[in-house]
Amino acid sequence: MSTAATDDHHDDHPESPYSIKRWLFTTNHKDIGTLYLWFSFIMFLIGGVMALVIRTELFQPGLQFVDPQFFNSMTTMHAIMMIFGVVMPAFTGLANWLIPMMVGATDMALPRMNNWSFWILPFAFTMMLSTLFMDGGGPAGGWTLYPPLTLQTGDALPFVILSMHFMGLSSIMGAINVIATILNMRAPGMTLMKMPLFVWTWLITAYLLIAVMPVLAGGITMLLTDKFFGTSFFNAAGGGDPVMFQHIFWFFGHPEVYILILPSFGVISSIIPTFARKPLFGYASMVYATGSIAFLSFIVWAHHMFTVGMPLAGELIFMFATMLIAVPTGVKVFNWIATMWRGAMTFETPMLFALGFIVMFSIGGFSGLMLALAPVDFQYHDTYFVVAHFHYVLVPGSIFAIIASVYYWLPKWCGNMYSEGLGKAHFWLSTIFVNLTFFPMHFVGLAGMPRRIPDYALQFSDYNMIATVGAFGFGLSQLLFLYIVIAAIRGGKKATSQVWDNAEGLEWTIASPAPYHSFVTPPAIK
Amino acid sequence: MMVNTWIKKMFVALSTLLMVGSAHAVQPYNMTRGVSDISGDVYSMHMIAFWLCVVIAVAVFAVMFYSIYAHRQSKGATPATFHESTTAEAIWTFIPFVILIGLAIPATKTLIAMEDTSDYDLTVKITGYQWLWHYEYIDEGVDFYSVLDTPRTQINNAENKNQNYLLEVDNELVLPVGKKVRFLITSNDVIHAWWVPAVAVKKDAIPGFINEAWTRINEPGVYRGQCAELCGRDHGFMPIVVRAVPEAEFDQFLAANTTLEQNTEYAMAD
Repeated sequence: MSTAATDDHHDDHPESPYSIKRWLFTTNHKDIGTLYLWFSFIMFLIGGVMALVIRTELFQPGLQFVDPQFFNSMTTMHAIMMIFGVVMPAFTGLANWLIPMMVGATDMALPRMNNWSFWILPFAFTMMLSTLFMDGGGPAGGWTLYPPLTLQTGDALPFVILSMHFMGLSSIMGAINVIATILNMRAPGMTLMKMPLFVWTWLITAYLLIAVMPVLAGGITMLLTDKFFGTSFFNAAGGGDPVMFQHIFWFFGHPEVYILILPSFGVISSIIPTFARKPLFGYASMVYATGSIAFLSFIVWAHHMFTVGMPLAGELIFMFATMLIAVPTGVKVFNWIATMWRGAMTFETPMLFALGFIVMFSIGGFSGLMLALAPVDFQYHDTYFVVAHFHYVLVPGSIFAIIASVYYWLPKWCGNMYSEGLGKAHFWLSTIFVNLTFFPMHFVGLAGMPRRIPDYALQFSDYNMIATVGAFGFGLSQLLFLYIVIAAIRGGKKATSQVWDNAEGLEWTIASPAPYHSFVTPPAIK
Repeated sequence: MMVNTWIKKMFVALSTLLMVGSAHAVQPYNMTRGVSDISGDVYSMHMIAFWLCVVIAVAVFAVMFYSIYAHRQSKGATPATFHESTTAEAIWTFIPFVILIGLAIPATKTLIAMEDTSDYDLTVKITGYQWLWHYEYIDEGVDFYSVLDTPRTQINNAENKNQNYLLEVDNELVLPVGKKVRFLITSNDVIHAWWVPAVAVKKDAIPGFINEAWTRINEPGVYRGQCAELCGRDHGFMPIVVRAVPEAEFDQFLAANTTLEQNTEYAMAD
């Protein structure tokens, strides 16, 4: 597959760096990675504003600012934006930037399809956001789109469904590209068990994507036909069952949340060894644990549905399988700590975010274990306890991992160091505010506050007020991140090839910034 | 060994303190113990899981924070080179697995008990609507709608909110204490969920299907819950109020209410 081509023809930079044509038609994995990451950040700000609308209304009991229907569309769209518009594109951007460099390939396997995978997204999200202005408003039945409620959506429904199809297409094509690249384009000598863990986690994530995105596509198409073409998939009067949608959705939905977290595990496994100056503990176990988590993720979906009226045997099986996931996840946490143990740590910004990830993701994992206990879940389900759980694993989980990646690899991408002092400030502000926002949600959930309500009983007031303050603080702190990144790109201390003292991996053997085409000749692997 | 026994005693004492203190009062920060045997079991299971997680978290984070403190380059540490240990991996795979089994056994017992709706004394059919509940006492000839009773002026901040803001209804669901009540739950339109934390009953109300649940309330009182499945605009405004009364009072309630005046102004204006 790889040829020993001469170096004469490769460009160190594209011909017209600032033209629209370059960005529109690029097939370069670095450009496409950059596009995905900037797109993701813009979506993060939009989704974040939606969260602030929610938190503003929830600052005090009573209806003050928005109509309840609009409030519901905010909770719905906030989730759609964050899941499909922020976390997935950000990890795909990281995959694009890093996987070819990490395996010693010059680009992704299918560069033109790569371009299209990205450019579908701005189109899809423009369509999705435009639904807020349509007759009947945007989708307001939750990102989970349960019928019959979702079928009460107005004109927006077909546009929501079509835009989700586009997002799914983008993810599936991206996943195909990742698998084809990893399986076919590794430099000679790089066996699968020599790949960086980030590459492994993305390989497994890509298989999850291909397995489950089509299932979501099927489910939302059935919503479309129920609404417009006279089918009764989810309508009891016609012989159907609304709960069947939930099974279809969550068969996608549960692996989806692992899609949202597995690349994070790869990121953390890259960062901790570098700053502990010690090899990753238990590389093989980490690979097997990731694979186990991915496998188990297919057999736990109905733990999102413990209250639908499932037979006892079903509830028990799903409870046991869900609890089992704690084992490989625990193995990963222990392995990270064992990597740190008797290392020689320093605490640059990427390391701070990685350490914060381990602590706070674990807290989210503990609330997840509690949720797995089906009889107790009857008190947790559809309350703020669930909201607290998934925000802990997604925000100081996935988002912190994405932020850590940017701090870690930005010097490689742009050739300049970011300001370490500002980076640390960003970490501490984010950590303090993220906990202020989401920790109180455990309490109000346990005390009985349901999800997806714009107004609440008086006993929930205090913690809601704290959460709102935290949310605004967290949001503002991300503007600091934007400043740090832009300032680094525009100029800063020049980065070396190695960048970090103890960083291992092929990407650290080439110049910073990485040349436009790297590894045109495959490197030798020891 | 002495220390171990002492630690165990402290643990038991602290847990009991926290469990006893909670009774069935509505606390702003924790699940209620509730007023049924099942709700008590669920609460205990929750507290056991919670403390287990706290202990594990404290232990794991202690190791981690110690390492952050002691194994830092600025302290002059030289990094070790070890990077695998099958023994360690086996231990920290096996021990969590055993702990999970320890949790799964009581959880299974409680779940089996919750699903057993046999030998009921009374059946109530509950129908979810957008955005109110309908209750029917099967074979007793009593049925009525139950609608949020909080004045619009309080919701719109024109008046101070009363103590039961958003948790009060015009017609409460009256139930007898000490009797096994079976609920048949369905919906007229979209999926709702009927939830009363004090008895740990939460079940989806699905149009075209009937779900079963049950409870036996041990203490008279008023217990408030909310709809627990997003059902549209006023999902947050369709609460549930159960009034548990002694059997004699319950019989009087039935006798007096075979035709009940209904509050038909349930729709939230605009």
